[in-house]
Amino acid sequence: MSSKPYVREMSKTTWFLSQPRYKRYMAREVTCIFIFAYTFLLIWGLGALANGPEAFSGFLESLRSPLGVLFNLAVLIVTVYHSISWFVVTPQAMPIQRGEEFVPGNIIVNAHYGAWAVVSLIILIWGM
Amino acid sequence: MSELQKRQIQLEVLRYNPETDTAPRYQTYSVPCLNEWVVLDALNYVKDHIDPTLSYRWSCHMAVCGSCGMMVNGEPKLACKAFIHEYGDQIKVEPMANFPIERDLVTTVEDFITKLASVKPYLIPKSDQPISAGEFKQTPAELKKFKQYTLCINCMLCYAACPQYGLVPEFLGPAAISMAHRYNQDSRDGGRDQRQEVIATDEGVWECSFVGACSEVCPKHVDPAGALQQVKVASTIDWYKEHLMPWVKK
Amino acid sequence: MEIIKTDVAIVGAGGAGLRAAIALAEADPKLRIALISKVYPMRSHTCAAEGGAAGVIKSDDSLDLHFNDTVGGGDWLSDQDAVEYFINEAPKELTQLEHWGCPWSREPNGSVAVRPFGGMKIKRTWFAADKSGFHILHTLFQTSLKYPSIQRFDEYYATDLLVEDGRCQGLTALEIRNGEMKQFQAGAVIIAAGGGGKMFPFTTNGNIKTGDGMALAYRAGTPLKDMEFVQYHPTGLPNNGILLTEGCRGEGGILLNKDGRRYLQDYGMGPETPVGQPVLKTMELGPRDRLSQAFWGEQQKGNTVKTPWGDCVLLDMRHLGEKKIDERLPLVRDLCISYLGKDPVKEPIPIRPVVHYMMGGIHTDVQAATRLPGLFAAGECACVSINGANRLGSNSLTELLVFGRRAALSAMAHLQSNPTPSSDAALAAKAKASQNRIQALFDKSDGTESIAGLRQEMMDTMEANVGIYRTGEGLAAACEKISELRRRYANITLTDKSRVYNTDLMQALELGSMLDCAEAVTVGARDRKESRGAHQRLDFTARDDENLLKHSLAHYHPTEPPRIEYLDVVITKSQPGIRDYSGAKK
Repeated sequence: MSSKPYVREMSKTTWFLSQPRYKRYMAREVTCIFIFAYTFLLIWGLGALANGPEAFSGFLESLRSPLGVLFNLAVLIVTVYHSISWFVVTPQAMPIQRGEEFVPGNIIVNAHYGAWAVVSLIILIWGM
Repeated sequence: MSELQKRQIQLEVLRYNPETDTAPRYQTYSVPCLNEWVVLDALNYVKDHIDPTLSYRWSCHMAVCGSCGMMVNGEPKLACKAFIHEYGDQIKVEPMANFPIERDLVTTVEDFITKLASVKPYLIPKSDQPISAGEFKQTPAELKKFKQYTLCINCMLCYAACPQYGLVPEFLGPAAISMAHRYNQDSRDGGRDQRQEVIATDEGVWECSFVGACSEVCPKHVDPAGALQQVKVASTIDWYKEHLMPWVKK
Repeated sequence: MEIIKTDVAIVGAGGAGLRAAIALAEADPKLRIALISKVYPMRSHTCAAEGGAAGVIKSDDSLDLHFNDTVGGGDWLSDQDAVEYFINEAPKELTQLEHWGCPWSREPNGSVAVRPFGGMKIKRTWFAADKSGFHILHTLFQTSLKYPSIQRFDEYYATDLLVEDGRCQGLTALEIRNGEMKQFQAGAVIIAAGGGGKMFPFTTNGNIKTGDGMALAYRAGTPLKDMEFVQYHPTGLPNNGILLTEGCRGEGGILLNKDGRRYLQDYGMGPETPVGQPVLKTMELGPRDRLSQAFWGEQQKGNTVKTPWGDCVLLDMRHLGEKKIDERLPLVRDLCISYLGKDPVKEPIPIRPVVHYMMGGIHTDVQAATRLPGLFAAGECACVSINGANRLGSNSLTELLVFGRRAALSAMAHLQSNPTPSSDAALAAKAKASQNRIQALFDKSDGTESIAGLRQEMMDTMEANVGIYRTGEGLAAACEKISELRRRYANITLTDKSRVYNTDLMQALELGSMLDCAEAVTVGARDRKESRGAHQRLDFTARDDENLLKHSLAHYHPTEPPRIEYLDVVITKSQPGIRDYSGAKK
């Protein structure tokens, strides 16, 4: 057979630079690190709690440090970004059919925002 | 600009002839185009008037046969639906990304065909019924539930857009899984379990990281990304049912 | 040369070819089936059919009505035994497709919905929105994947039939991806390779519709029937010929001239019906030949709309409203917006008649058998004939199914008669001759004619002389010109010398097919001195049942124009009458 297809290998390391939509995707994936890091922060907090009140207040103290505030702020921003990027795609992932028609996407998205607001409010009130 | 206004376009085409080339190379053609043309018209002009050796696939010229998928300025497009008026005077045309190049703009697509066949993309009826008993009943709502996924023309632009397919060639990919989902959602079908064995796997939906590019480039608005996420949700529910509630039938 | 031994070889993997393959696989899982196509099955042009498929299913309809609509629509050139078989099988085939998953549009109660189409006395067209052909093709293709005995040879171009001892015993085909010739040795061959509308410049047909299957049989010595009947679809987009389905009018779209008059009432299809309430079998729901002829009349009177793409009339669908258009005609809307920049919800769409379908094709009997034993044909490439002088919209998709299956059953019967295969050596010699022919074309370096140039001359000739209305003078000129082009074809040059995916070679072969078919069309049209259905002569304006209630059969000659033979039409119960599409008595 004389055919000899030419294979264009995709670079394993720089492929995402080739298209804006890949960069956006990578931004979403990479920022997961912040969420990941935050889980360690929580584990550290749990450890401190187990080590007694002194250790725990030390932990809380460090959260109030400029670095701690900065980190929490960064995580908040990233979490909001991830929430939004998830809400945007919920109509695709969880379509709801009522009768013949599908519930319009914006209603599903807005319902998520609504639920988010309610849950946040409950946590805030409960925490205060 | 009126429809019949002429424009001179520089059409840069990635060419590859396996018998003479070791690697693809670009060749530029200067093409007098009408503003209402599509990129395919420009290629046809080249074929008929400048260079008969240029190879590409095409047929219907109305975005339904799915033959003429290619990269136009880096974006997966049907050449028959890539309008000249949407581009500047330089247009770069390359074969679909993520597929081996057979010759010029023609790619090797066997991989997709094999994957499509592997998901059992046909009705596996819930209950048998002879033809003489008439059609299976299906309400407009039941039809609408999967209708969107029947619109796939197998153009493979979603594969050209999917970096996951580029990185992991074993990935079943957007169109094949969407087609399985189409039959899974069909009220007449009872073959979901058989298809899940193929698609709810590491090389199936779990290879998808929801880049979403497939749905962005789909010329028929099939939304394969949506289909894949729905399969993930359903297969997760299956898992929980199986492991936490073994007494509940799927 | 590699030899592939198979029981049945099918050329063409569109609706008819796939249906035949599935029928064979279901009938006997041990049969070896080779499904050979120059494109992947889902690229076949069946995918472009929009409106739907006719089959009697509703209680207010009857087989007799479908029979009468078909025979009258065909201007009594249909073989009535074939029509009878067709209408009987139609509902079963469409239901079978439903059982295979075809997403037919539905009534609220879950039964299959039907829509009105031109030339029908009652609503009878099953539809899947306005992508019916697409869904039929994909349903068949996907269903065919169930059967391991169907072996596909995608992107193989069939070059010649192998005829030995008076029987068709296989074919040769070129594997496009590497330029290798393959010999298919088969007990029976089914051709289902579609029509040849690409011989015309302005057509709804895709690039692949080059009459290859017709030419394949024709060159092997089996005649082409009724080739002079070429259908113009009345509603094509004026800039590129994209089809706007008859469903547009079935749903209530109206046709207007430049003064906003529904001009069809001036062509025997009146009186005017209320806008948005289409009345069956009159006005916009007249048959395609009449509507296309009415356009020509408006053009002569200067009543057409001038557009950058020439004379047009207007298809107005605004009164249908956005919801109905989106539900029933979503593709039409998309095509109008994308390719013409006009939204049918907001403005009338300029349209003009466009070459759409060939009623003629490989002569077969009601069993889908050709005159060459072992060779069968189905679909647009065949002429049974159920379509007569003018096909009724939505009969062709059904025809693919009914006669695709019929061809398979006939091929099976032929196999069961145990024909002794000719010697391998004899068949190999035939295959070698075919290979040499292709090789000579490939090697030729001293040609002076360009493929694209000859093709353009052919198209211009067909457009100018073999259109909606024809004249003896024009047809004589066309015959001469096509003969000349066939001679000059021997002197074409091939620029591309690569064996891999050589589309230059493909185009050369396709041009050869089209020229052969075009000659059968022009000679058939020149010799048919009457007006019937889609064949309208300005010099013979009346139908001549006395002399020409007959099929024409064109017999191939390698260097001369075809010899035309005439064959009586089979009439069982409907004597030729007047085609009345006026709404007066309805």
